[in-house]
Amino acid sequence: MTVSEKRKLRKEQKAIELAEARATAKLDRIKPATNATFNALFALLSFVCLFPVFYVIMISVSSEESIRTHGYALWPETFSSAAYQFLWNERGTISHALLISVIVTVVGTVIGVLLTTSMGYVLSRPQYRLRGFFNWVVFIPMIFNGGMVANYVVVANMLHLNDTIWCLILPLAVSSFNVIICKTFFRTTIPDSIIESAKIDGATQLTIFSRIVVPISKPVFATIGLFLTFGYWNDWFQSSLYISKNNLVSLQALLNNMMKNLDYIANNPSAGLSLQQYRNSMPSESVRMAIAVIIVIPIACAYPFFQKYFISGLTIGAVKG
Amino acid sequence: MKKEKTAASAQVRPKRARWTRDDTELTLLGLPATIWFAVFCYLPMFGLIISFKDFRLAPGKGFLASLFQSDWCGFQNFNFFLSSNTFGMLLRNTLLYNLVFIVINLVIPVTLAIIINQLYSKFASKCYQTMMFFPYFMSWVVVSYFVYAFLNPDKGLANNIITALGGEKVMWYSAPAYWPFILAFMSTWKSLGYNMVVYLASITGIDGTLYEAALLDGATKWQQAKYITIPSIKPMIIIMFILNIGKIFYSDFGLFYQVTQGVPNSLYNVASTFDTFIFQNLRTNGMSIGQIAAAGLFQAVCCCATILLANFIVSKLDSDSAII
Repeated sequence: MTVSEKRKLRKEQKAIELAEARATAKLDRIKPATNATFNALFALLSFVCLFPVFYVIMISVSSEESIRTHGYALWPETFSSAAYQFLWNERGTISHALLISVIVTVVGTVIGVLLTTSMGYVLSRPQYRLRGFFNWVVFIPMIFNGGMVANYVVVANMLHLNDTIWCLILPLAVSSFNVIICKTFFRTTIPDSIIESAKIDGATQLTIFSRIVVPISKPVFATIGLFLTFGYWNDWFQSSLYISKNNLVSLQALLNNMMKNLDYIANNPSAGLSLQQYRNSMPSESVRMAIAVIIVIPIACAYPFFQKYFISGLTIGAVKG
Repeated sequence: MKKEKTAASAQVRPKRARWTRDDTELTLLGLPATIWFAVFCYLPMFGLIISFKDFRLAPGKGFLASLFQSDWCGFQNFNFFLSSNTFGMLLRNTLLYNLVFIVINLVIPVTLAIIINQLYSKFASKCYQTMMFFPYFMSWVVVSYFVYAFLNPDKGLANNIITALGGEKVMWYSAPAYWPFILAFMSTWKSLGYNMVVYLASITGIDGTLYEAALLDGATKWQQAKYITIPSIKPMIIIMFILNIGKIFYSDFGLFYQVTQGVPNSLYNVASTFDTFIFQNLRTNGMSIGQIAAAGLFQAVCCCATILLANFIVSKLDSDSAII
C-alpha cells in the first residue's frame, strides 16, 4: 500500500467514525423545545452577569443634570463626557495609581511564578530526600493559618513593610494551592527519562528546571501567571490594611477610597477655581462610575482569551496528587 | 561485591539513598519559596502567642521587645471574646451564611453544568460560559459599585422601578431584612460561572461510552444524569465540599464588607462576620490586639478541626475521595 492509499483509508475511516458519532449524538439529543428553553435560560443568566457593566458605563456617561432629575437611568436623557474629562484633568493621580497597579501586578506575578513553580518542581521529584518535609511545609498553611491580625503584626511590626510597595507584593506571592497545581502538573506531564538524561549530560537541577522544565510546561506557567495577575490587579485588601501614604495607592484602592470620600481624587483645580469650588464642580456621581469602568475594561477585554488557562489550571488542581 | 549490592538496593528503594548532589540542588531551588512560607505563613502562626498575652506597647521599645515583656494572661483574651455579646451573633451569621452559600454554590452550578452540556450548539455554550465567567474577575470593590448603582436610595435602579410602579422607596442600606438575600444573590452571581465551569470540566471528562451504553438500554436524559453524570463527578463535588467546609468559620471579607459599604451600623447584625468584626476592630482599635488575635486563633482552630473532621468522615464513607 502506498502512503497516499493509507492516508485515504484513514480519512475514510475517520469520516465513518464521525458520522457514527453524529448519529448517536442526534439520537441522544434533547428535544428542540427543551433546547430552546435552556438557551433562553442561559441567555438570561448571561444577561444578568453582564448587565451591571452596561449600566455602570451608562451612568458614567450621563450628564450630572440627567442624574439629578432621573436618577441613574439605563439610557440617560443627556449624555456627557464630563466624568472622563474630569478624570483626564486628574490624570496625574489616575496614571500614578495605574502605574502602581501595573508595577505591583508585573513584579508580583514574576516573583510569584518563580517561587511557586520552583517549589512545585522540587515537590514533583520522586527521588528527593526532603520531599516529605517540604510537602508538609506547603500543606499545613492550607488547613491552618495565623489569621489577619498575626499577618498584620508580622508584616507591619516585625518586617516593617507597611507603606512600602513590598507589602502589596510579597504577602500574595505564593499560595499552597498554586504550588500543588504545579506539583501535579510537573509530575504528570514531565517524563522522568528526560530529566535523567539531562542529569547524565551533567546538567544541574537549576539548568534542568530553567532549560527543560520551563519550556515544556508553558500551560502551567500561563495558568499560575494568570491566577496571580488577576489576584494582584484586583487586590484592594492589602492596600486598605497597610497603605496610608497617597503615593502608593493603586487603582482598586483609589476606587475604594472614593467610595468613602468623594473628594479624595479632586486635587488639581483648573485655573481660576479654588479647591473647594473645584470639588463642588466635580461630576461626582458619574466620576465614581467612570473609575470603575476604567478598572473593568482591561479585564473585560482580556479575560475571554485567558479563560481556558484558568479552567485548565482548575482541572489540574482537582486531580489528587 | 558489597558495593554493588548497596548500589542495587539503592535503585530498588530510592528513598534509602544517600544524600546526593541532586538533593542539595533541589533544596537550594526550593529554598526561596520555603523562606517565603516561613516568613508569611509560619511566623504569623508563631505570632499567635500574642493572643495569650496582655500586650502593651512598652514606651521606647520595639514591638518584639514589648511582646516578650508583656505578661502572659492565659485564656483571658479568649474568654473576653467568647463571652462578649457579639460572639453569638457573629457565629450565627458566619455559619449560616456559609451553609447557605455551600448549598447554593453546589446545587445550582451542578444543575447548570449538566444542562449546558446538553445544548445543541457548542458555540453558544462557549459564549454563555464566557459571559457567565465574567463576574468572577471583578474585585469586590468594583462589585460594590455595581450594587450601589442598583441600590442607591435616591437614584438607583431598584428604587426607580419601585417608584415607577407606584411603590415606596426602600432605604436599602438601612433595611436589614433584605440583606441576607442580597448577600446570597451577590455571592451566587459572582461565582456561578466559575463553579459551573469547574463542574462542566469534570463532566466533559466522563467516558462517552458510558452514555452510549445507557442509550442502548433506553435510559432517559434524567436517568443518565442521575446514574452516570452525578456519580462520575462525585469526587469533584466532594473536593469542593471539603474545601468549602474548611472555610466555614471564615467569610468572604469583600462580600460582607464592600457590598454593604463597610457594614454600617444599621446592617451590623445581619452583615457582620468574624472577618468584618476583626477588621473593624483592627482599624478602629476597638479591642486590644491580643483580643483580636484571640478571635483570629479561634477561627483558625475551628476551621482546622472542621476540615479534619470532614475529611475523616468522607474517608470513612469513601476512602478514595478524601483529600488528605
